[in-house]
Amino acid sequence: MVLGGGTGGTLVANRLRRMLDTASAEIVVVDSDEEHLYQPGLLFVPFGLTSPGSLARPRRDQFRPGVLFRRAAVDRVDLVTDQVWLNDGTSLAYDVLVVATGARLVPEETEGLTGPGWMQKVFTFYTRDGATALEAALSRFTGGRLVVGVVDMPIKCPVAPLEFCFLADWYFRRRKIRDRVELTFVTPLDGAFTKATCNRELSGLLEAKGVSVVTEFNTGDVDGQGGRLTSFDGREVPFDLAVMIPLHGGQAYVDRSPGLGDALGFVPTDERTLQSKAKPNVFVIGDAADIPASKAGSVAHFEGEVLARNIARYLAGEPLDAAFDGHTNCFIESGFGKALLIDFNYDTEPVTGRFPGRVGLPLLRESRLNHIGKLAFAWLYWHVLLPGRDIPAVRSEMPTTGKRPQAADGSPGPPAKREAR
Amino acid sequence: MPTATYAGTEVTVNDEGFFTDPRQWAEDMAPQIACQEGLTELTDRHWQVIKFMRHEYEAKGTGPTVRVLGKTSGVPVKELYQLFPKGPAKIAAKIAGIPKPRGCI
Repeated sequence: MVLGGGTGGTLVANRLRRMLDTASAEIVVVDSDEEHLYQPGLLFVPFGLTSPGSLARPRRDQFRPGVLFRRAAVDRVDLVTDQVWLNDGTSLAYDVLVVATGARLVPEETEGLTGPGWMQKVFTFYTRDGATALEAALSRFTGGRLVVGVVDMPIKCPVAPLEFCFLADWYFRRRKIRDRVELTFVTPLDGAFTKATCNRELSGLLEAKGVSVVTEFNTGDVDGQGGRLTSFDGREVPFDLAVMIPLHGGQAYVDRSPGLGDALGFVPTDERTLQSKAKPNVFVIGDAADIPASKAGSVAHFEGEVLARNIARYLAGEPLDAAFDGHTNCFIESGFGKALLIDFNYDTEPVTGRFPGRVGLPLLRESRLNHIGKLAFAWLYWHVLLPGRDIPAVRSEMPTTGKRPQAADGSPGPPAKREAR
Repeated sequence: MPTATYAGTEVTVNDEGFFTDPRQWAEDMAPQIACQEGLTELTDRHWQVIKFMRHEYEAKGTGPTVRVLGKTSGVPVKELYQLFPKGPAKIAAKIAGIPKPRGCI
C-alpha cells in the first residue's frame, strides 16, 4: 500500500508493478485527490511563462495497469495492527506500507503570515493558487521593494527561491523597470545555499543580478499591512511585495499515527535502505522522509530504483541490499534563457565538469543548454519519471566521469577520478 | 584539532568552538562556555534547554533545530531567542557540549 500518489508514490508503484507479478502482490495507491500537479512548473507561473492549467493531469492516468487507485483521505496509520484508517471510518490492511505523502506547507505556523495582506501583498508560489495570484500581483507591480523570504528549512526544492530571484531580475528588466525594483533575498541560512561550492557560484550570480542577500534571518513575524518581516532576534526587512516560502511539515495524519513521525511530521528513515525506523514493513520515499537529502523530485526518482528493489527483497524475506547514495540533480533557472545544473550526493559536493559524462551538460555554470534541459524535463517527468523508468544515461548512483572533483571546502580535490560508492 | 580548557579540564573543539567529543563535557563547564558567548547567567530556563539539547543528541545523534526546539523543549521560539539571542540552536548546542546541529539541506 502506497500512501500518496505524487512523484515518489506514483513512480514506486509503477516500478513495483513491473517487478512483481499480479498473482504475488496487490498494489494500492491511496490519495485524497484526483489531480497530479507538476510542481516544478509553479516557479514559471508568476512570470507568465507557464499557464497554471497546463501543470495538472489526472492522477489515476499516471499508473500502470494493475495498480489500484483509491481516493480517500488518511486519518492515521496503526503500526501495531498494520492498518491504515481512512477518514470515512473504514480501514485498509497492508503487508508493506510506503509513505509517499510528501511535505505540507504550514504558513499558519508563522505569526502574521496568513493575516492581513496575505494574497494581497504577501504571496507564495509554492501552491497553484498562490502562484496564480502572484502573477497578477507582479504584473501590477511598478516598482518598490520585492522581498523573497524563506522562513526556515527544510523546504521543497531549496533552489527554487533563488531561481525566483533570478527570474524576477529578468522579468523586471524585460519590463524596463528593473531600476525601480529593489530585490532582496532573505534566508535563515548563513549563505545563499546549503552547499558550500554552489553557495559561492550562486552568491556571485545574485550579486551580478543586483539581488541583496540577508542571511541568518529567522522570520518570526510577517506584517502584511505594514510591509515588514521581523526576525526572532529583532531585525526588520521592509517590503512592498513579499514572496514567502512558508514552513514545511509532514502530513497531519503522520502526527496522528503513534510512533510514525518526528516533531515536524517527517518520517525517520534509514538514509541508505529507505526503510522507516518505525517498523521494518514501512518504507518511505520522497519529501516525507527525514533523510539528509534535498526535498526534490530528482531525489524521489533516484530513490525509486533502490526502494523498489528493497521492497521486493523484503517481500521475499531477503536482506535489504540496495543503498541510496543521496544523489540529487537540479537545474537552476537563472533567467535570460539560461540555467545551471548541479549534481551531488551525501558525500560529494556539487562540482564543475559535465553531466552525465564527459560529453554532457555543463555543471555549476550558466548555459543555454541547461535551460533547454530544464524545459525538456517536464516531458521526461510525465513520460519517463512517473512511469518509473530510468532516464537514458542517468543512473540512480551519482556519476563521477566528466566531473572535476573538489574537496568540500572548495579547494581542488585529488586529480584521480573518484569512484561512486 | 584546537583545544579549550573549561572548569580546569582540556577538551577538543572544532574551529567554531563546538565540542568534537560530547563525552568530554560536564555540567560545571557550561557557565564558562556561556560567558564566552556573552551570557553572564544561566537560569533554570537556560538549563532546561541545555539539558534538552543533551538528551536529544544522545537519542538522535544530532541537536535539534530552533523550530524543533520550540515544538519539543517546552520553551517557545520567542523565549528561546530571549534566552540565547545569538541563535538558540547554535549557542545552546555549544554550551551543551554537542556538535553544531546538522543543517537541513
